[in-house]
Amino acid sequence: MTYRYFPGCSLKSSGRAYEESLLAVFRALDVPLQELEDWNCCGATAYMSVDEVRAFTLAARNLCLAEQSGAAGNGGTDIVAPCSACYLVLLKTRRYMTEHPDLAQKVQAGLQSVGLQYQGKARVRHPLDVLVNDIGLDAIKKRVTQKLGGLKVACYYGCQIVRPFPTFDPAYNPTSMDRIAAALGATPVHWPLKTRCCGGTLTGTIPDVGLRLNRILLKEAKRRGADVMITVCPLCQFNLECYQNEIRRQLHEDVGLPVMYLTQLIGQAFGLSDSALGLQRLFVPPARVPAAQEGGKVANA
Amino acid sequence: MPTSVREHAEVRRKITYQAELDPQFGEHIAKMAYGEKLFSCIQCGTCSGTCPVSHYMDYTPRRIIAMVREGFRDDVLNSLTIWLCASCYSCTAECPREIKITDVMYALKQEAIKKGVYPKRFPIPVLAQEFFRGVERTGRNSEGPLMVKFFLKTNPLGMLKNAPMAMRLWFKGRLSLFEEGMKNKGVVARLLRAAKQAEGERQ
Repeated sequence: MTYRYFPGCSLKSSGRAYEESLLAVFRALDVPLQELEDWNCCGATAYMSVDEVRAFTLAARNLCLAEQSGAAGNGGTDIVAPCSACYLVLLKTRRYMTEHPDLAQKVQAGLQSVGLQYQGKARVRHPLDVLVNDIGLDAIKKRVTQKLGGLKVACYYGCQIVRPFPTFDPAYNPTSMDRIAAALGATPVHWPLKTRCCGGTLTGTIPDVGLRLNRILLKEAKRRGADVMITVCPLCQFNLECYQNEIRRQLHEDVGLPVMYLTQLIGQAFGLSDSALGLQRLFVPPARVPAAQEGGKVANA
Repeated sequence: MPTSVREHAEVRRKITYQAELDPQFGEHIAKMAYGEKLFSCIQCGTCSGTCPVSHYMDYTPRRIIAMVREGFRDDVLNSLTIWLCASCYSCTAECPREIKITDVMYALKQEAIKKGVYPKRFPIPVLAQEFFRGVERTGRNSEGPLMVKFFLKTNPLGMLKNAPMAMRLWFKGRLSLFEEGMKNKGVVARLLRAAKQAEGERQ
């Protein structure tokens, strides 16, 4: 089945390494991701703060496009949104369109003006969901050529993929990322802050608050022995990685913890090249795969 | 010689008179936020306890709910609380009365922006509105240009302070100053105009 890939703005800019590694990993797994033709912004949290009906209409256009390309015999209608904010906005739109007929009516009227009609056929998926539930841990394990030899990983889920709609993982203690990390040979550390908020845009707007939220997350991950933190949201990754200098300067805390995308870690275990995974774009040099020192030999070579 | 207290300290009334309350405010917000359940809040404070930023807020989420219900419109719309909410949905997930507190916060932000009641250079609503305008024009959000506009409108000096980070992003290929555009130009503007009209007709 072909998935409709919805990049969103971050994956084309500050989160480019997420796009690069996601596409590389899905290619390695032989799972086709096709970018949704002429997608538009999901609206994120900012749009919802200004006008609700327009925010839902904006998001709904993308769902309509996915329905259309699915109906054109182009494979499935599942839309894959790697950014947590995009994922939640699209999912929330889908939910609210069924739960609130009054809203649905207004949104449909808007869509009609550009010749679209929302039918509710496109399911909204997160890559993590696809990796664990469609592709499966066994298929991932089979593709591993370089076991991650006990690399200690703190899996950070962030907020919006498990709240308020926990569709593929429990809201209180999600484990999908931990299970993938373990399948790669890494050791997930027990880390109760895995769904605590990184502050979103607060790092930029009110740094006093935003930086502190990130310091808490980084410090606790390190205290639990993590060599690296992995995440599946471009904004979480940006906050947790790119603001480490600021945290050092303003809060006098030298964390120095690499923060990678889950897909970069998977790619490393698949033996994909650093440049294919966008590792050179990271601010904090990523953990080297400690394969050799831990005796984890290259399996299929 | 009589001395006015005002010469020594700013005197501010600490209470709100009943006559200043807006008795329809609660209903209005509840309707906006699909929150009929707003009125079943038992004031347990779970929302405030689970909120990662409640200790920076002027009113905790629990108090905001109580104030919305009682019609403290001006106090609520002028509060810092509604802008500090980062939409992490912890409160919504935990609320034993299933109140969609995050949606209530969104509704309050929308009201505050509509009424223009926030400090002029206050960063969060400015960011939201610049984001809104950018998407209206091009259909997509462009992170680089958005940040430039954001700093110009809130804190031009902040741009200098953030220059090292911007340079680093640039060298890593993570920042572009070009606007992202769609092939089908104008479709989003048309869509949003129609949505606005549909909204107006049914209100």
